[in-house]
Amino acid sequence: MKMPAPDPELIARKAEIVKALRRIVPGEGVVSEPAGLVPFESDGLSAYRQTPIAVVLPETTAQVSDILRWCQANGVKVVPRGAGTSLSGGALPLADGVVLGLSKFNRVLEVDYANRCAVVQPGVTNLGVTAAVEANGFYYAPDPSSQIACTIGGNVAENSGGVHCLKYGLTTNNLLGCELVLMSGEVVRLGGKAMEADGYDLLGLVTGSEGLLGVVTEVTVRILPKPESAKALLLGFATVEGAAATVGDIIAAGVIPAGLEMMDSPAIRAAEAFVGVGYPVDAAALLIVELDGAEAECIELTEQVRTLAAERGANFVKVSGSEAERLAFWAGRKAAFPAVGRIAPDYFCMDGTIPRAQLPHVLTRISQLSAQYGLGVANVFHAGDGNLHPLILYDADIPGDLDKAEAFGADILKLCVAVGGVLTGEHGVGVEKRDLMGEMFDATDLACQQRVKCAFDPGLLLNPGKVFPTLHRCAELGRVHVHRGKVAFPELPRF
Amino acid sequence: MIDTALRILKPTTAQEVQTLVAEAGAAARHIEVIGGGTKRAIGTLDPVDQVISTQRLDRIVDYAPDELVLTAQPGVRLADIEKLVASRGQMLAFEPPRWTRLVGARGEPTLGGVLATNLSGPRRIRAGAARDHFLGFEAVSGRGELFKAGGKVVKNVTGYDLMKLMAGSWGTLAVLTEVTIKVLPAPRKETTLLLFGLPDVRASEAMALAMNGPFEVSGAAHLPAFAAHARPLKAEMSTTALRLDGFEGSVAARVDALAVALKGYGRIDALEGDHSRQFWSQIREVEAFAGDPRPLWRLSLPPAAGWRGPHGLPGDALYDWAGGLAWLLTEEPAQKVRAVTRSLGGHALCLRGAAAFGPREGALGELQDRVKAAFDPLGVLNPGRMEGAP
Repeated sequence: MKMPAPDPELIARKAEIVKALRRIVPGEGVVSEPAGLVPFESDGLSAYRQTPIAVVLPETTAQVSDILRWCQANGVKVVPRGAGTSLSGGALPLADGVVLGLSKFNRVLEVDYANRCAVVQPGVTNLGVTAAVEANGFYYAPDPSSQIACTIGGNVAENSGGVHCLKYGLTTNNLLGCELVLMSGEVVRLGGKAMEADGYDLLGLVTGSEGLLGVVTEVTVRILPKPESAKALLLGFATVEGAAATVGDIIAAGVIPAGLEMMDSPAIRAAEAFVGVGYPVDAAALLIVELDGAEAECIELTEQVRTLAAERGANFVKVSGSEAERLAFWAGRKAAFPAVGRIAPDYFCMDGTIPRAQLPHVLTRISQLSAQYGLGVANVFHAGDGNLHPLILYDADIPGDLDKAEAFGADILKLCVAVGGVLTGEHGVGVEKRDLMGEMFDATDLACQQRVKCAFDPGLLLNPGKVFPTLHRCAELGRVHVHRGKVAFPELPRF
Repeated sequence: MIDTALRILKPTTAQEVQTLVAEAGAAARHIEVIGGGTKRAIGTLDPVDQVISTQRLDRIVDYAPDELVLTAQPGVRLADIEKLVASRGQMLAFEPPRWTRLVGARGEPTLGGVLATNLSGPRRIRAGAARDHFLGFEAVSGRGELFKAGGKVVKNVTGYDLMKLMAGSWGTLAVLTEVTIKVLPAPRKETTLLLFGLPDVRASEAMALAMNGPFEVSGAAHLPAFAAHARPLKAEMSTTALRLDGFEGSVAARVDALAVALKGYGRIDALEGDHSRQFWSQIREVEAFAGDPRPLWRLSLPPAAGWRGPHGLPGDALYDWAGGLAWLLTEEPAQKVRAVTRSLGGHALCLRGAAAFGPREGALGELQDRVKAAFDPLGVLNPGRMEGAP
């Protein structure tokens, strides 16, 4: 994985850049000494590290605007950062750039129950939004596994999902508005408390744009009343096929569970060893099915799911009898990553989505690849929406292991695309999958996306090196030929 | 405005669309893009040289009910899509409206048209808008480039979410040639609870109470007396309606619980099954306002403030989306309607009698213009369609 070659001239201007940032954000809001920069060198994709020129931690929208305006005028690249939990390297710094951290934007500004929304600053954690409203019986639905740490601003940038997004949607389906600062320093408001807004849906466009289009400084999220009750089932199967078929049967029966997760045998065993919540360690596949809503509905659907699973040969069935037990069922799944972290020195978490019917084929192929590369793999899977998270186990201290793990991961993602799926379901492209974009998109597709980038950031200064395998200058992409006052497309075929 | 003298070109392949758009660009011609053409009367259009309809791009490419995904060409009629998914117990959860009678149009809305206009019905409060179910597409940009975005699976964040941009772009950025949407199980049962005689403010409170509890309301509308006369309601006074749907046992339990929660609001009646469906179809199509010659507005407002819009603008109003959508017939000047709506934090779309959209202004307006130029720098497609006026 290579980042764009840093500009030595910019690095040499460090003193000047730091001084300018200090004029905008006085005091401790600018970090420039080497020891202070260490925590910002990496995000959740810790295989990659880079020290930035400096880190700036503004507290107001006006400061963000001034920082971006100054950086644009001076050609300085900017990498926005929330909590730094990205699993795709979205917040990986640039050697010739500054990191713009939003951690001081940590206030819940308004909770508006009458309109079922909350206005929060981007540095509020995902769980912090729910914490602000749960006393009144509300919650914020998207729940990425890192929700205790990850921020709403980062969630907007990555369009984060979570185990409940099958029923309740990704971040994009739960946003009403945001305040966005463009690289020019201009501040725009997209959406608000109403459900629709004027003009093009730029809120939807910015969501999941991975910090390449603007810096979000305020977010209005939709909050939901908590369901009356929730029940979870653990279903163990002797075969992956049995579990996969059960998932299809549940959906075909018209049931959209609040959560529908699958784990394979290595993931089950790692999680059980870590949290000890009673997972069936001899099962080839485990389903965790959560049903929520009216109590009558939970009871009815629990029975229905239990029956469907039995018909597909489930040989382990456990239904949560209490809220504590339901949470315990999830504890193993939510701890799957750290659990796997205990059985291998390092791991890569992949994030492809596939049509669910392809699951048995894809898992078989992954285990073949695992043997071929000599690297272990554990699979956790948002089964309801086909979002697969193979965790590739490797040891960064063994020379060549990281390269092998990268190649293995790339093969898995190419496989996902080949069976009709996509490179990333919820973690984002970042730097991790950047060079694989060509598997899904041709040059024209990518040019159309890059022109959107140019509409927001014509200087390509905001988070460059992410998402796009090659970043063309905007002038090249926008070229329209003019000949004798008439535009023409000479490259197009004629009759 | 619509130039009926122009012949409508109906390409049958994406390549034909590409050729037409590229040639138009090369010759500095302008194109009106339509699906079934049922929304042509909404808003304005600068003069065009050609009309392209996607009507003959009318193939269902793939429907995988178990994957909750459907891929089709944009010219497939909405009615045909809905019939197909209903045959497998599924639905388009955003409950797309036709508005054919409302705007006095003829013809059949298409899937592409519904997505391009991002139209959603009463279920939007629970299931989201058309844009929330739009998973991927292939299209020809105003530059004459055939490109794709998104995917054919329900969960995907690879690249920019250009589906959101296409939804509600009214054909001004690209001509869709294939779309993939998410479909969902249709509810087995629906019941609508009715409250009577509530003034707008009380109705707004009742709807908020229902929305803020664990009742999973999938439709919340309020009709003043003049709009409540029609069948199947035949009510003599204002009527507030709350729809609950899903599995039988669940609906029954939630109906009981909601009725208890609403007992301070007077007599409660219920519509079941087909009567309920018929009622919500009327709300979706705003039938109470069809055929009225007055200027027609659709105000999207913060739900709790919904009633304030029409109260500042004399005319006749009815409410959907728990108050977040106010339909308004008013003779008030467009500038005033937009100003009142904006002051309440909302957005106004005019379906008849004035420019559909408000003016693009300031840094946001310039950004919108740059986004348009990114896809259609020469302004080939639907020129002026989304450029608003005060």
